[in-house]
Amino acid sequence: MKEQLQKDFYNSIKNLSLSQKDIEIKKFCLDNFLDKGFPNKKEEDWKFSDLNQIIKNNIGELSFYNDQASTNKVDTSVFVDGLEHNKIVFINGRIEKIDFEYEKKDQIEIIDQSETINEFENSNSLSDLNNAFTNKCFKILVKKGYQLAKPLIIYHTTNSKIWSKNINLRLNFELDKDSSLRLIDLFNDVSEKNFLNIFYNFELKENAVLKNYKVDKFENKNIKYSFNNIDQEKNSISETFILSSGSNFSKNEINCNLNGVYASAFVNGVFSLNNDKHHEIRSIINHLTENTKSYQLIKSVLEQSSKAVYQGKIFVNSDAQKTDGYQLSKAILLNKESEFNAKPELEIYADDVKCSHGSASGSLNEDSIFYLMSRGLNYHQSRELLINGFLLDVVEKITDSEIKNLIKNMIGIKE
Amino acid sequence: MDNRQKEINNLKDYKYGFSTEIENIQAPKGLNEGVIKFISNIKKEPAWMLEFRLKAFERFKVLKEPDWQKPKFPKIDYQDLYYYSAPKSMKDKPKSLDELDPKLLETYKKLGIPLQEQARLNGIAVDAVFDSVSVATTFKDELTKQGIIFCPISEAIQNHPELVKKYLGSVIPTSDHFFATLNSAVFTDGSFVYIPEGVRCPMELSTYFRINASNTGQFERTLIIADKGSYVSYLEGCTAPMRDENQLHAANVELVALDDAEIKYSTVQNWYPGDQDGKGGIYNFVTKRGLCKGKNSKISWTQVETGSAITWKYPSCILKGDNSVGEFYSIAITNNHQKADTGTKMIHLGKNTKSKIISKGISAGSSDMTYRGLVDISSKAKNSTNYTQCDSLLMGNKCGAHTVPYIKNKNSESNIAHEATTSKISEEQLHYCQQRGLNPEEAVGLIVNGFCKEVLQQLPMEFAVEAQKLVGISLEGSVG
Repeated sequence: MKEQLQKDFYNSIKNLSLSQKDIEIKKFCLDNFLDKGFPNKKEEDWKFSDLNQIIKNNIGELSFYNDQASTNKVDTSVFVDGLEHNKIVFINGRIEKIDFEYEKKDQIEIIDQSETINEFENSNSLSDLNNAFTNKCFKILVKKGYQLAKPLIIYHTTNSKIWSKNINLRLNFELDKDSSLRLIDLFNDVSEKNFLNIFYNFELKENAVLKNYKVDKFENKNIKYSFNNIDQEKNSISETFILSSGSNFSKNEINCNLNGVYASAFVNGVFSLNNDKHHEIRSIINHLTENTKSYQLIKSVLEQSSKAVYQGKIFVNSDAQKTDGYQLSKAILLNKESEFNAKPELEIYADDVKCSHGSASGSLNEDSIFYLMSRGLNYHQSRELLINGFLLDVVEKITDSEIKNLIKNMIGIKE
Repeated sequence: MDNRQKEINNLKDYKYGFSTEIENIQAPKGLNEGVIKFISNIKKEPAWMLEFRLKAFERFKVLKEPDWQKPKFPKIDYQDLYYYSAPKSMKDKPKSLDELDPKLLETYKKLGIPLQEQARLNGIAVDAVFDSVSVATTFKDELTKQGIIFCPISEAIQNHPELVKKYLGSVIPTSDHFFATLNSAVFTDGSFVYIPEGVRCPMELSTYFRINASNTGQFERTLIIADKGSYVSYLEGCTAPMRDENQLHAANVELVALDDAEIKYSTVQNWYPGDQDGKGGIYNFVTKRGLCKGKNSKISWTQVETGSAITWKYPSCILKGDNSVGEFYSIAITNNHQKADTGTKMIHLGKNTKSKIISKGISAGSSDMTYRGLVDISSKAKNSTNYTQCDSLLMGNKCGAHTVPYIKNKNSESNIAHEATTSKISEEQLHYCQQRGLNPEEAVGLIVNGFCKEVLQQLPMEFAVEAQKLVGISLEGSVG
């Protein structure tokens, strides 16, 4: 892999107009990655999901060079109907379209920031990989007091042109004071056996509101890793919803720093898995100052030999008095082969706090099924009804009604 | 000064902080094959035992000291420790209690261990371990009548080699982790209990451990075997004298429960925790593991952890037999600069196995406490259930309380429920108690005892009272 990486790296930077310094930084990151490689289960954060092994088994040899010179045709059929929205379209990792047609042009700024690198706490060798190979990075700045009229949908599309490739993406967002953004990540994959490595960084200023919905619904054989870093100032709110279902392997990491008083973070997730899929959500909520709040709800329905992992951590700094932290994960295992692993963690250094977590996993309740069947439903319907009700609980947490309906339609949950 | 205040003042300074001046026989400092052979030789062990030790030592040489735990500690120089230390007067073992060194007896008196009449009154058979050699075993006759074997493990190696050979290392093999392996190589003494088929042990068995000589690591090994349909309740209490340097305690405890047997293992651990600035104190790195080998067997761990500078232990249950039950009840209290990383492992292998974990953590001062636990339900463990509850209480904003549970469910017919909370004592509760005439310290004591009640109830009577007192003492000075 080493030689391939180096060869691909030099091919990649050849096509970019980078300063000597940028090249050096990228090279430094590459060396870091070469040193550490893909994370494996010896690392505590990857204990339940050995990415190194997963890539080896599912992809085999990865190549890292992506030809970004030629444009891809945007397939408009993937666009969401019935919801007016702004778009950013990634095809095979290349930005093909940025379109804020519904917004005031002077309120949103798109800044080319290709020289910045990710330096997050709690990150891993994948951020080095991302730094070394991302070629374009934009920062989207929502100006003071502006609230986007329509949601922004980011389409992550891959077409059949790529195979066994590593795609690295990065986007930065800054939400200035009193601004708000609704953001949907939608994955559409035609290709197979690629590894997507996505880094987002969000900066939320005072009173800013971010709603991020990640929807990985459509069946595909790709491997995805996504890292969201969210920094929040006073009174800001972040809401993250993750629908984890389509990919062969997917790991979503959320690292949220509540830096300002009265900041709050919500993380809700649904795993709906079948076949041999293996998905993970890992969240770290850092309560760094007084009067901050976090709420997390993760539910899983696991069929066949699928496997879901939830690692959630609530960290409370000694200054962060009056913290309210809550975390709940529930899983239904429908098959003998399915597996659910959880590591709900509390690390607390302040005494005047209210923190709790709960985790439960088990089978469908036979009594409930009996109850429904005794009222005339057949076994299949009863099961469906119970599972829908179980998952609906999380979907109902979505605070935006337009998007809530969209997601309900997508996963076919009816009320 | 009222009586209560006096009592507190007495107890405030570490009550058991004295060392007895008795001549010791020590093995040469350091860890090598020679020392292991020395220990084996001085204990007149058979060849297979020495082999067992050397095998463990071979493995120990390739292992690295683990570093994943929360409380970090300065590197231990394993070559700078004495691995064997025995009171000289023990060389020719006393035949009865009367022959004991009076100084020894006095030590036990100070500790409050009732070795003679008191023991009889309390109905406890005490196997006191004084720096790694069992001093005397009381109530032997009564136990022998029932066929129960309760003796120092060194004696069991001589007299019951078939049992020891069969079970020693069957739960904690020589190939285990760093500290367990170290213990397998150099363990000096400990207790051995065998309860024959169908016998219900008529009294609580008890061992009192005490580290005396400075710079010795204490490595005891306890092996308890409950044969089919038997029952035993075992108590373990620990104290150590005050010293400035840190001392290592790496014991191994193995429990084996066969069909329909039940073992109840209770610990009150009150090793010297170091002074208020965190100087000195015991490193308590203990491996405790129980194997529910037979059907319908049950192992129950109860622990009250108030001492030690660093506590690092996870009493575990391997639920191998169908319908077996594992329980873990724990109170861990840390104050000043104490650190604890404790919890349990419940490994479900058999069908219809059940486990229950109740853990209460209290941290005060500048201490740090972690609950770390594993619940693993394997794909064969049909219809198993686990319930876990871990609550933490924080006093002051310099301490920390952490919860790190690992939950693995590989069986769709099994259920796991886990809940954890962290909070402080509410102002309302304090106000309510004070309004009714309790001073703040008493109020906190009352509330904390209520918080721990679920676990205290699990302790045998004799221990429950002491433990309740200990809870109060450990938190002295943390209010306000």
